[in-house]
Parts: sequence; C-alpha cells; structure tokens
Amino acid sequence: MSIRITAPLTHETARTLKAGDSCLISGVIYTARDAAHKRLCELVAQGKELPLDLQDAIIYFVGPTPAKEGQAIGSAGPTTSYRMDAYSPTLIAQGQTGMIGKGKRGPEVIAAMKEHGAVYFGAIGGCGALLSKCIKKAEVIAYEDLGAEAIRRLEVEDFPAIVIIDSEGNNLYETGRADYLAQQEK
Amino acid sequence: MREISASKITQVVRQLCIDANCFLPGDMQSRIEECRASERWPQAQEILDRIIENYTIARERVQPICQDTGVACVFLTIGQDVHIDGDIAEAVNEGVRQGYRDGYLRKSVVGDPLNRVNTGDNTPAMIYYELVPGDKLEITVAPKGFGSENMSQTKMLRPSDGLQGVKDFILKVVEDAGPNPCPPIVVGVGVGGTFDKAAYLAKKALMRSVEQRNPDPFYAKLEEELLQEINALGIGPQGFGGKTTALAVNIEYLPTHIAGLPVAVNLNCHVTRHKSEVL
Repeated sequence: MSIRITAPLTHETARTLKAGDSCLISGVIYTARDAAHKRLCELVAQGKELPLDLQDAIIYFVGPTPAKEGQAIGSAGPTTSYRMDAYSPTLIAQGQTGMIGKGKRGPEVIAAMKEHGAVYFGAIGGCGALLSKCIKKAEVIAYEDLGAEAIRRLEVEDFPAIVIIDSEGNNLYETGRADYLAQQEK
Repeated sequence: MREISASKITQVVRQLCIDANCFLPGDMQSRIEECRASERWPQAQEILDRIIENYTIARERVQPICQDTGVACVFLTIGQDVHIDGDIAEAVNEGVRQGYRDGYLRKSVVGDPLNRVNTGDNTPAMIYYELVPGDKLEITVAPKGFGSENMSQTKMLRPSDGLQGVKDFILKVVEDAGPNPCPPIVVGVGVGGTFDKAAYLAKKALMRSVEQRNPDPFYAKLEEELLQEINALGIGPQGFGGKTTALAVNIEYLPTHIAGLPVAVNLNCHVTRHKSEVL
C-alpha cells in the first residue's frame, strides 16, 4: 500500500516517512545533478539568491533525454546519488526536504537529514522510460547551458519512490538485505 | 581488397546507436524474466516487474530504456582485406552525432575530464579497433552508462593470490558497488594480459551474450560459481535484498607475465546494451 505525498514536502511530513515506505509523489519537484549542485552551493557560499525556492523542495537527481514532439520529457530515471554528497548537506540546511536518486549516501548527508528532517527517496534506476510517464510537465528554470544537467521544474503525478533513508537515519539498503538474508537462514 | 564507404559506416553506426538504446537485447530480456520467475523476495519481484515493464515501454515507444544513453563504445573488427574510403574514426563519430541527435538520446560527453564542457553531440566515441583476416567489417555499438562504469575496478594481484584471490577481488567489487550500479548487474571480468589489456577484456566480456559461457570449461565453471556466490550476497535488485544481484558473469582471459596476475572488473547494469552489424 503506497503513501500519497504532495510536493513541496514539509519537514513535518518528511519526518513521518519511514525507510521502506512506498510513496507516490504528486506536485512540483526540481531536477539537479552534479554541475547544477555545484553552482547552487557556490551561490549559497556567496550569499546570493538561488534560482529556485529550496524551502520544502524535493530535488530529483536526473538528467533526462530530450523530449520528442508531444512528450513532456524524455526518459528520466535517477542518477547515482553519492556524487551529490558533497553538496546535499548545504542544500538541506537551506530548507530542502527531499532527494530522489539511487545508491548509497555518505554519513555527512545522513547527519544533515537527521538534523533538519529530510528524507532520501529511491526511484528505480534504469527505468527512465517508465518513470517519464509520471512527469506531466517539464520546464528549464536555470542553467540552460548545462543541457541535460539544467535545473528543471517538473510537475509529477503519482511518481513512485521508496524511502531509502528516513529522517532518523534508518536505511533500507541495510535492513532490506539483512531481512532477506535472515529469511534465507530460516 | 573490398571497398566499404565511410558514409555506409556512418549510416550503420547512426542506426545502431538508436536501436541499442531503445531495444534491450533478447538474451538480457530472457535472463531478467527467468530471474523474475525464480525470485521469492517480494520487494525484488516488484522491482523486476517494473524493469520488465520499463523495457517493454521503451521498445513500444522507441524511447531510450535508460536516460543515461552512455558514452558510445564502438568495437570495430576489421578484415585485413577491407579498404575504407575515408577517415574511419570520423565516419564513426558522424554516426554517433546523427544517432544521438535523431534518436533523442542524451549527450553525456565532456570534452575534457577536468574542464568539463559538454561536447553537445555525444562525440567522441570510444573506438576499439581489432584487425582480423578476411574482408568483413563488424561494427558493435555498446552505449555504456556511468552509474555502473564508476563502480568498476582493476587490480594487479600476485601470482600467489591465485584463483581465490581473483574470486575474492570480483566479489569485493560487487560488494563495494552494492546498490549503486543498478543491480541486477552483468559482471565483465578480464584476467591476464597487462594492466590495460585486462580492463579492455573486461569491457569486451560485456559484449558476450549473458546466455553464453566461456568456451573453455575451466572458465565456464568459474563464471557459474561466481554467479552463485554473487547472488548469495543478498544485495538484490536495486539493493533492497533478494537473490537476483547479477544476471551473468562473463570472463575473458589472456596469457600474462610470469610475475603478474592482472584482473579487471567492469560492471554493467540491467540495461546492458549492445548491437552489432556485419558489413
């Protein structure tokens, strides 16, 4: 049974989500990968205004393929998240409440998530064609020069994501595998 | 001498780029479906169902299976009796340029690894040349995503590390990678040769069908043993637990120096793509 959540995601709701929860996300989320994260963090360091409102924002780590005529977006699955570990704590401190990606996160990110009440969702890596069907609208709002890595504002409907790490630091990568292996021993 | 035009190479590479990115090879589909049928962990079953749904949608819509349409790895097996009228590398790059533009594929190449400006057309391709007897030209396009490429490793073992050392290293690479390379993965292994040849063999191993074992019975058995040991790790599809961590282990080997035991492990995701055409 999936939990329906709305984006932007408040800290209050983010704190109720638990590792392993299946969610369907609807609303507005933003895309950013390595290059865009680097620029955002440089702006934060300089105390300058950001091109998006990070308060309660969910950022999807994705660089989509180009949209064909009549499509909102091309294929759009998650990229590996650890490359954003150097930047995520800064953005979480600015109010970001959710990240969507795939793969492991470092201790500095998990510490920031616990301190501020943020959550790390996983979307299925390598399922870009399937996930693109849940993206109804996409618009580049910053860093157009980065091409696939530009920041996009996405309107999503029932976007499937699973909570991998919750705001208490519980981690589905650890528990999911341990539960499976324990069941094998029975 | 048999003449092959550079423009023919461009045309073939263009189409292979599009087809490889949108249509998952049949051997991969069969293996994923077999694994789904034997998987008992509910979370893993769910993920494998979504993976099957995804490549079905991609095929129907002629849309990239994954948004990481990769760097274009192009293997050219060139018959010695073939003459190409033009610049072969430019012919391949023009095919990549056209395929990535016309197929709505992502341009993921930066021109310089440190200054990192996107080349805008996914060139240059990574081209691997092999000269063989005959008058044919075989072209294989294998778009390689970097989620899995980044989790690959190579190591110069000592001869005394032996078979167990090689197995331990391969298992360590898979364990270190965990959920990052989008399991279920295909594990390409190169053993022997030199530092660079081992890595090349590991990539080449990924071009072999997941249903085809090494023709040498010793290596075929090793592939099967390693697959079982990897799948006993419990990482599972996407790393959420389960028995389907790897779909296949493909090993290639070469003679090596008396002092050495090079081993390279090139990981690939559940979207292991390659398509060939013989001219």
